[in-house]
Amino acid sequence: MGEEVKVIVFALAHEEYGVEVEKVRTIERMQPMTRVPKTPEFVKGVINLRGVVTPVIDLRGRFGFPESEYTDNTRIIIVAVKDIEVGLIVDSANDVIDVDTDCIDDPPEIVGGIKAKYLRGIAKITDERLLILLNLEEVLNKSEIIQLESLEE
Amino acid sequence: MELNQYLSMFIDESREHLQAMNDNLLSLESSPEDVSIVHNIFRSAHTLKGMSATMGFEDLASLTHEMENVLDLVRNHKLKMDSFIFDWIFKSLDALEAMVEDIIQGGTGKLDVTAIVAALKSIVSGDYLKGGAAAAESGSASAKQGAAKEPLLDEFQLSIIQQSIEAGMMVCLIEVSVREDCVLKAARAYMVFNALEQHGEVIKSTPSVEDIEQERFDRSFSVFFVSGTDKETLEKQVSSVSEIEKATVTLVDQAKLDELMNPPAAPAQQEVAAASAVAEAPPEPAKPASQAEAKKPAAGNAPVSNRTIRVDIERLDTLMNLFSELLIDRVRLEQLASEVKRSDLTETVEHMTRVSSDLQNIVLKLRMVPIDTVFNRFPRMIRDVAKTLDKKVDLVITGADTELDRTVIDEIGDPLVHLLRNSVDHGVEPRADRIEAGKSETGTINLRAYHSGNHVFIEIEDDGRGINRDKVLSIAMKNGIVTQDQASKMSDEEVYLLLFASGFSTADKISDISGRGVGLDVVKTKIESLGGVVEVSSKWGKGSKFSVQLPLTLSIISAMLIRLSQEKYAIPLSSIVETSAIKTDQVRVVHGNPMIHYRNSVIPLVSLGKLFDVPNTEDATEGEIQIVVIRKGEKLAALIVDEFIGQQEIVLKSLGKYLTNLFAVSGATILGDGQVALIIDTNALIK
Repeated sequence: MGEEVKVIVFALAHEEYGVEVEKVRTIERMQPMTRVPKTPEFVKGVINLRGVVTPVIDLRGRFGFPESEYTDNTRIIIVAVKDIEVGLIVDSANDVIDVDTDCIDDPPEIVGGIKAKYLRGIAKITDERLLILLNLEEVLNKSEIIQLESLEE
Repeated sequence: MELNQYLSMFIDESREHLQAMNDNLLSLESSPEDVSIVHNIFRSAHTLKGMSATMGFEDLASLTHEMENVLDLVRNHKLKMDSFIFDWIFKSLDALEAMVEDIIQGGTGKLDVTAIVAALKSIVSGDYLKGGAAAAESGSASAKQGAAKEPLLDEFQLSIIQQSIEAGMMVCLIEVSVREDCVLKAARAYMVFNALEQHGEVIKSTPSVEDIEQERFDRSFSVFFVSGTDKETLEKQVSSVSEIEKATVTLVDQAKLDELMNPPAAPAQQEVAAASAVAEAPPEPAKPASQAEAKKPAAGNAPVSNRTIRVDIERLDTLMNLFSELLIDRVRLEQLASEVKRSDLTETVEHMTRVSSDLQNIVLKLRMVPIDTVFNRFPRMIRDVAKTLDKKVDLVITGADTELDRTVIDEIGDPLVHLLRNSVDHGVEPRADRIEAGKSETGTINLRAYHSGNHVFIEIEDDGRGINRDKVLSIAMKNGIVTQDQASKMSDEEVYLLLFASGFSTADKISDISGRGVGLDVVKTKIESLGGVVEVSSKWGKGSKFSVQLPLTLSIISAMLIRLSQEKYAIPLSSIVETSAIKTDQVRVVHGNPMIHYRNSVIPLVSLGKLFDVPNTEDATEGEIQIVVIRKGEKLAALIVDEFIGQQEIVLKSLGKYLTNLFAVSGATILGDGQVALIIDTNALIK
């Protein structure tokens, strides 16, 4: 029996994902955003999070999924990695569960179209239920954004 | 360890003392005969030594000790300052600074200073030039070492006490003993001294203050103390220091004094006392006088010393942030009040507005630091640079008390260093050239700081050779910065600004000081990133002036809010020249780019909406368009906006670490309705 980690579960394009609870600051409902010009498509803008200006990205866009309309279930998960604080738009956020670290397998090469380096692993909760754990450091990697920008130009 | 809590205090104070020593040493260099300055340096060195020994920084303490030995000889007229001594003392100060810096970085303050110590020792022994005086001086040094056997009171102290008694002041002998289990005897003793100094003056302590600070005492010590406070209060004050076991205050009158001075039991000691008193007293009549003089202001200051407090800068930042929040709410309230239109609500909000703008002033002032904290290291730097270049330069500082926001202060140091070095190196001519040009051999650099409106101006003016327009232009053309065509049209000021272009250097040969062509462009970038402006003026043969204009604060600025379709943006007022409306038929197209006439020149017209890809942007084809004319240095441009919302004080917020390298956006602010508005970086819009 390994250690237990608490994970926030959210849905994105019919899959279930998880991020460690320590990395999550708050979960917010959708709110008006201020668009920031000349940024990649998935950067939706900035919001006023209790006095702190926080950038928000659409996780679907970040992973190259087709973007969908925002609904009442859409949430912004504010995560903090090192000194970077970013909001992630997800389809819904509904659960906190404990995951046994022993149940986490290395990610296969391709899961639902996401490159393996964005993933920390796959956790098997039950036989039917798989949880994709994100590697937030990579998801929020800035050098990649800069690369993307230069590609767009 | 529990000393940690004193560490920040130690760092602050040792910096202050080092700075004081530097300053004093510089003034001593210009008037080497002034013993009172030596006294000041000695006192700083002594305090520093005590502090560092208490904190356990042995290297720091031992180097200061060596320095103190030299200074002691100087202040006792046994040694004359010469350039050799000055150089070594300056070097010791540098080493001390390096050690303190190391401690700040979390190090142990250790540094190999054997060379400096050896040099200082040779100065003390006199080996470095004269052998004769050596014996006497080392003699007196060893006498000093034997401090424990010193007489109860020397002549000078005795005379002070006698005078005080005659003047009706209360003189007392305080005997203090610390508890046996006390861990930091020296620190406790220091606290006792501190408490005492609030009420009067310590004349003498046994063992000496020095020994007490280094914990070279058993459990008790005694002090002779002159004060206006009564006995009970003193006793209470001293006993209130924790871990002090007992404090007895005995009043000293003439009779008691005689008794103390002539204890029948210790005649031998008395003899030594007399001998050393005689030996020391005659050759130095100046000493008691100047010492008393130096002590006076200190004693006078004591009662009012608690006028300031040290506050952690982080707390001030928090205060500032909280205040920013309040400001946002205030703007929101103003909006609501204007919608609700109830007179009592409006009045209340107006009152709150007034109070909060007063509060804003105070909060901003709290973060203000006199620019002296930056300027104070310049005299020393100029001295060193001038010495290396074999030039003579006077640095005249005015307006050192001008205050600037802490954030600006932290950043402005390096650019100013660059500019000053530049002035010494390129501005002021070599001595021979100056004499030839009919100027005095010593060059003068004026460093001025003053307030004007919402800005602080810092000027660096030298009386050197000035800037050679033709030379600047020819180099600029050679380096491909300007073309022949452009060059002929440029005004003098524009030419001088070329100095700040990257990869530019007019120095014929590269020197250590400046001239690698990397300096001035960095200066300009830095100053601009602080929201400031640099200007240069010069007169060939007479000198040049670099003028830096800086905003008072970086956290709250005045801005014009504008609307582009549905989006709101803020443009800093400092970069706006004018706002106006023009008719669409006034727009000319030059080379495919829209331009407009503006004050006798043609300036580019930029559609902000298109530039920022704002959804639903349409070009007005007829009627009027609103424009904002912005400025970057001498260049102008007009921006098309949909609507002016109004002028507002906005709080600068960063966009966080995730979004960097943004195009033409320097930050964000939160509007009264809670929405975020981006602040446009107009500098990026003008090429």
